[in-house]
Amino acid sequence: MAITREEVLHVARLARLALSDAEADLLRGQLAGILDYIRQLDTLDTGDVVPTSHAVEMGTPFRDDSVRPFGDKEALLANAPDREGDFFRVPRIIED
Amino acid sequence: MHGWTLIEAAEKVRKKEISSRELTRAILDRIDRHNPKVNAYVTVLPEKAMKDALACDEALHKGRTLGPLHGVPVGLKDIFCTRGIRTTCGSRILRDFIPPYDATVTDKVLSSGAVLLGKQNMDEFAMGSSTETSHFGPARNPWAFDRIPGGSSGGTAAAVAAGLCFAGVGTDTGGSIRQPASVCGVVGMKPTYGRVSRYGMIAFASSLDQGGPVTRSVPDAAMVLSIIAGHDRRDSTSVDLPVPDYLVATRESVKGLKVGLPREYFEGEGLDPGVREAVEKALAVLTSQGAQALEISLPHTRYALSAYYIIAPAEASSNLARYDGVRYGHRARCDGGLIEMMSRTRAEGFGAEVKRRIMIGTYALSAGYYDAYYGKAQKVRTLIWRDFEEAFSKVDVILTPTSPTPAFRIGEKTGDPLTMYLSDIFTIPCNLAGIPGISVPCGMSKEGLPIGAQFLGRHFREEDLFRAAAAVEREIPLPRVAPMGGA
Repeated sequence: MAITREEVLHVARLARLALSDAEADLLRGQLAGILDYIRQLDTLDTGDVVPTSHAVEMGTPFRDDSVRPFGDKEALLANAPDREGDFFRVPRIIED
Repeated sequence: MHGWTLIEAAEKVRKKEISSRELTRAILDRIDRHNPKVNAYVTVLPEKAMKDALACDEALHKGRTLGPLHGVPVGLKDIFCTRGIRTTCGSRILRDFIPPYDATVTDKVLSSGAVLLGKQNMDEFAMGSSTETSHFGPARNPWAFDRIPGGSSGGTAAAVAAGLCFAGVGTDTGGSIRQPASVCGVVGMKPTYGRVSRYGMIAFASSLDQGGPVTRSVPDAAMVLSIIAGHDRRDSTSVDLPVPDYLVATRESVKGLKVGLPREYFEGEGLDPGVREAVEKALAVLTSQGAQALEISLPHTRYALSAYYIIAPAEASSNLARYDGVRYGHRARCDGGLIEMMSRTRAEGFGAEVKRRIMIGTYALSAGYYDAYYGKAQKVRTLIWRDFEEAFSKVDVILTPTSPTPAFRIGEKTGDPLTMYLSDIFTIPCNLAGIPGISVPCGMSKEGLPIGAQFLGRHFREEDLFRAAAAVEREIPLPRVAPMGGA
């Protein structure tokens, strides 16, 4: 199954992955090969089959919507690549 | 002493035949000596381990034991969050991540009194079958240093096989506990989906991921599972069922046990003749003890790999969206805006295999393709589930090879992703169906490489697997630890 360079770059944009030209070319071939293999599923008739999203059937477990404070705020913020006080700092969000 | 089973080591500490400090020191020394060769650990914690060992010795001196693994040194795959100890998931993007909390598995292992030696090497984000995709370099097979230890829990299996811990906990999304256990000659068990909490276990494919033991004996695996299993309200897919004493099952006879042999697993051309022979020997052991062998069919087996390589990457592409350089992990230096920062961070932080799977998953979930790929794969998943349901109406356990071949050479399959994916062909259907599976050593190849047999069982019937695997282990004696060049 052919997949175009534009499709590869479109998917990379959706996935927030900056690809080099070499990576995009390599992925184009590899994705085509993998998608070809996967297309064997098309030979199966699944018309009346219900999909399985989880293998073990269980209902949604409910709990009270109560706040439980996480004690060590500093341990959370210490992992931030960039912070200002108790905030995570990021580059500008609204482009000019 | 490094070759003792977990149960032996725990008993010797409890009876004060050896102190936890002596035991921990001995294994730390072995790690010093052998880890440069096998690269099983990405983080070793000598000071913390010796401090914890001292605390265990002092408690025991006062007549207190913390739990069944009191004072015994163990390791964890570097996918389980450990509070205050870096947890990398084998990735550059988490190279300096210090979790602010413990995973439930971490908590349960530590509460059982075990001493944590360190964090074990793995394929990046558990995506791989060889531990070659790790940011920290490949782990190596203790039986042959030029070969892979399997993956993604390759560091854990290598550490257990090399005598660099008495047990480890790994994770299995498509075979990542069982395949490395098989090629390293140790025992690896993937419990039923929902048996072991996924809280604090870094997510790859959430509907398939499950943590489980890697050990040098079947009773050891049973003991570890008894410790880590159980309901956890912090994991909404964790199942609220009582945890049996799995050790009891390892002592039960296999008389009357119905063992199914799926013809689809033995017919394929990729199955190594030596592996087939070893698995047939495991079957002979069982039938000689009164088990009954039955041929069965799992007709949709050949579609499992395709369904898996849609479902797992799709879930991964969603789970890995959180690594964006904002709250934790690597951030790329760049002058652009937020989106550019995120795209560059992910480009720098992820390796080739992770990018490939994110791309497959994003493609399969993107507008216009969702039904054709993800929807279709979920329906095929139902067919695979039904195959097993039908089989388990006739048999108690299913016996297959774990891996079609013994350990392959490092670098042998890195150039072709599909060939690498095919090495998980016998382990993947189990995850799609959510059933439990175990790999137990059953022989050695002509080149002296370990071979594993896999048992699959009904949902929440791990006991049946321990019973069958323990019988194979008793009747086919094999070395528990690799010779490590005689050192």
